[in-house]
This record gives sequence, C-alpha cells and structure tokens, in this order.
Amino acid sequence: MKVLVPIKRVIDYNVKARVKADNSDVDLTNVKMAMNPFCEIAVEEAIRLKEAGSATEVIAVSIGDKACQEQLRTALALGADKAIHIETDAKLESLHVAKLLAKLVEQENPELVILGKQSIDADNNQTGQMLGALTKRGQGTFASKLVIEGENAVVTREVDGGLQTVSLPLPAIVTTDLRLNEPRYATLPNIMKAKRKPLDVVAADTLGVDLAPRVELVKVEEPAKREAGVVVESVEELVTKLKTEAKVIS
Amino acid sequence: MSVLVIAEHENGVLKPETAKVITAAIKIGGDIDVLVAGSNVAAAADSVAGIAGVSSVKLVDDANFEHQLAENTADLVVELAEDYSHILASASTTGKNILPRVAALLDKSQISEIVDVVDADTFKRPIYAGNAIATVKSLESQKVITVRASAFDAAGEQGPVSVESLSNGAANNLSSFVGVEQTESERPELTAAPVIISGGRGMQNGDNFALLNGVADKLGAAIGASRAAVDAGFVPNDMQVGQTGKIVAPDLYIAVGISGAIQHLAGMKDSKVIVAINKDPEAPIFQVADYGLVADLFDVLPELEQAL
Repeated sequence: MKVLVPIKRVIDYNVKARVKADNSDVDLTNVKMAMNPFCEIAVEEAIRLKEAGSATEVIAVSIGDKACQEQLRTALALGADKAIHIETDAKLESLHVAKLLAKLVEQENPELVILGKQSIDADNNQTGQMLGALTKRGQGTFASKLVIEGENAVVTREVDGGLQTVSLPLPAIVTTDLRLNEPRYATLPNIMKAKRKPLDVVAADTLGVDLAPRVELVKVEEPAKREAGVVVESVEELVTKLKTEAKVIS
Repeated sequence: MSVLVIAEHENGVLKPETAKVITAAIKIGGDIDVLVAGSNVAAAADSVAGIAGVSSVKLVDDANFEHQLAENTADLVVELAEDYSHILASASTTGKNILPRVAALLDKSQISEIVDVVDADTFKRPIYAGNAIATVKSLESQKVITVRASAFDAAGEQGPVSVESLSNGAANNLSSFVGVEQTESERPELTAAPVIISGGRGMQNGDNFALLNGVADKLGAAIGASRAAVDAGFVPNDMQVGQTGKIVAPDLYIAVGISGAIQHLAGMKDSKVIVAINKDPEAPIFQVADYGLVADLFDVLPELEQAL
C-alpha cells in the first residue's frame, strides 16, 4: 500500500504571530518556521503503517516556495521514502492545494492519503475534505485511531460529544487529530540519510490547476485586547465581585 | 440572494448552534432556508421552523443520512445548492466535516469559522490561533461558509413556517458507520453553557476533576479541560477547550490550574468574564483574566463550593 502524506510549512506553534503595522497580513519575516503539528502526526502515522507492514511506500509532499523542502527533509528523516515538492510562490487557498494534491493522487494513485486536520496558521480545516471530494474518495476526518482491515480503513473520529467510528473502502483520505499518535524525533544518522533520499521538484503550473485567488485578504488586525483584570485576595472577595461587580452569578 | 443553512442535530434533537448560524444568515440577508437531513429528524425540523428569520425548512428524513456522514450529506447539499448564493453550517465537527466537501464539489473556495459578517461577500475570521483577525472578501459567485457559533447570539422565535419533505439523495457507499461512543454527561453542553469551569494540568490527575463537580453543580456549569489535561489522560478529549478543541464564549469562564497557553486562550478568550485560579502568579492566564486568585486550587475549590 502506498501512502501519500501532504505536509505544510507554518510558523512554529510556540511563536505568537504578530500583525504587520500596515494591517496587510501577519509578519513572517525572521519568524521560526516548522512542520505543522498535525502534519507531523500524519507523517508519524504513515511511518507506523509502514513499520506494521501495511504500507510499502510513504511519499511526503509539500506545496509552496523553496523553503518547504526543509520540512520535506524532516519528513524523510522521520522515515518517508521519497518527497515531492510542488513549487509555487502563489498564495494558495485550501481549494488550490486540494486540486494540486488531486493531480498528484491521480499520478501516484496512493491507497491512502493522510493529512493533518488543519494548519495552525490559516486554521481552515478544509484540505482533506476537499481532496476527498475531488478524488471521489471517502474521508475519515479528525482521526484518533486508524486501523487497516483488509480493503478498508477503519477510522475512529473525534466528534463533538465523543467518538465515532467509520469504515472507508480503500483508497481513502484520512485527516489526523492530535491524539492519533505521538510523533517521534529525527535522529542525527537519519537526518544525514535523508539528504540522500529522492526529492523531486515539480513546478505547480505544469499541473494544469488554475491558482487565481478566489478570496481576497482585505486586512488583518490584532484581536480586541482584554483589559487587565484584578487580583483578588480570597475566595470570599472573588464570589462577592462575581455577584455584585461582574453580575455573572446570583 | 438566498441562504441555505445546514441544521445541526443529534439523536433527532436540534442543537443550539443552528439558531446562532441563522443569526449569521440574517446578517447576510435574503431568504433563509434550512436543510434538516438525517433519520427520524421530523421533530428537529419542527424546531427549526419556529426560529425567527427562517423562510422555509427542507426535511430529508432517510436512513442514508442517519449519521450525517460527509460523503452522502455533501452530495445531498450539492443537489440543492443551485438556488442559493450562500451555504452555511456551524463550525462544529459535523459542519467542518461536510462543508469543505460541498465547497470542492461546487468548485468554490470555502471561508471557515467566521465570527462576523461585514457584508454579503465580506467576513471576519480568526487566524493563527486567534492571534489575528482577518477580513476576507469572497470573489466566488456562491459562498460556502462555516460559522463560529459562539460569536453569534441565537435567533429568536417565530410562528412556525412550512416544512417541506424532499425525497432523498442516494448513498454513494464511500463510507459506512461502524459505531459511536458518546461521553455521558448530565451537565450542559460545553458550547452552549452559560458558565464553564475548566481544569488543567494543575488538577494533577483525573480523579481530582471530581473536585470541580461541586462548584459546577452550584453554578449549573459545564466542565471543560485544557489540552494538557486531555493529553495527560485526565479527561476525554471532547472536554477540551482550545484551538483544536471546542471554542466557547460563556458569560463566566473559570480556569483552574490552567497556565493559559496560546492554544487554550484561542478557545475561550471571548468569554464575558474570565476567572483564573492558579498558584503561579506568572501564569499567562492572568493576563486575560478579569479576576485572578493566586492560590492552591486544592484549597480554593472546596472553599468556593462553600461560598456559592
């Protein structure tokens, strides 16, 4: 079974994003970048499938400018067999990404595509579902457990109110939730080895996908600041203030 | 202009998110039709018919939609989509699962988790874990949008409008339902509760979460948790409040033993009043708390229960 894992280069999750002074966007110059945490989980899951003998090949793919090859090398160091970089400087929306990935799915025909459920920058939570629609495959989103049973992927999903399990005939699309697994760290020998693994570069405009923007970013602002509050000395004072000042309890 | 809202329901009962999505639809303008798709959902459709602003209700009651699997439901929505300029759903796990599939089938870019409607094409939404608010304008002829329910008030009531039963779409067999494991709780649902008390890593273990029960009982509160508490296995993940869990905006949010990581704040910083109880005076949670109490939660919780 071939597994395709799309990954995204995003701002490191520990970094607090700052809005540019002209309100045009978030400032990403000289900011630490990393693999999106949900994508790390997707890579880990694919590698575990390979270690368990259900996957034969793991292909990592990333779409964006040259810098995202850094994250592809990370995926290779973690255990992916080969990487594909779809190169573009265009600002992409989830639909564009899904369409580019759909082209790749057509070429590579993986039985399983594992994506993160959302990127921590745009917070869209769309790409996996869109890829499911475009490739006419079933989708197991927000997965906290993935089991391959013969010709099916059995996916336990994190839904409001609990867990739901669905069975998807392969080929299928799965998106990862945080509790699916705990990603490993790349060891130095594996990082060295990853440098010799194949990394193909494909120009996005050779794939025949229209990348014209469909959503215009009008402006980006700081969220409304909360006023600094007060520190109370005792439980009694807290309850009194909640009753008389904030009036949120009676 | 006309808006199609996908109703949110569970076990045949309408969920409160729907009335909030309808408020967003009212801000967009035009007729508002609501699709109720599921199995044994006639009662939910009747509830929708009584929500102010709704023009008509379309009911598809069929076993194919019993668990609202994305594959079948998206095909159904696409069948109905032609007549609508806007298609809206709640940014719940159900809406997030279905709507991007609808958008791609319609070849439209989706806008996720809007918190405000500027005009019929322009919307505000948080990005970077709520550290920035983007204003985005859709250039699409048809807008596909999920709505952050906590950012809108619920629409009021009206004399019920008509409910139209539609014949169903077919099943496409791209997925099948296996089972569900629901978290049992007598408490109000997190996303709808007026008061929430949440525990974090400071609770130390799952058993200690019982200490929150007393206070929650007195306040009629729902109990939430930080990701740290969920990851440590103290409580199930559907209690998680945060960027990757539930987004809440209650009247009162009490954070107990929660440091206040970016990921947690993204899920609760729009609460009306925030109370932080933490023994570390440097914890970032105090920067957003209206009332902070620097003390050991194990001393405070019983005292608080007594005082209420």
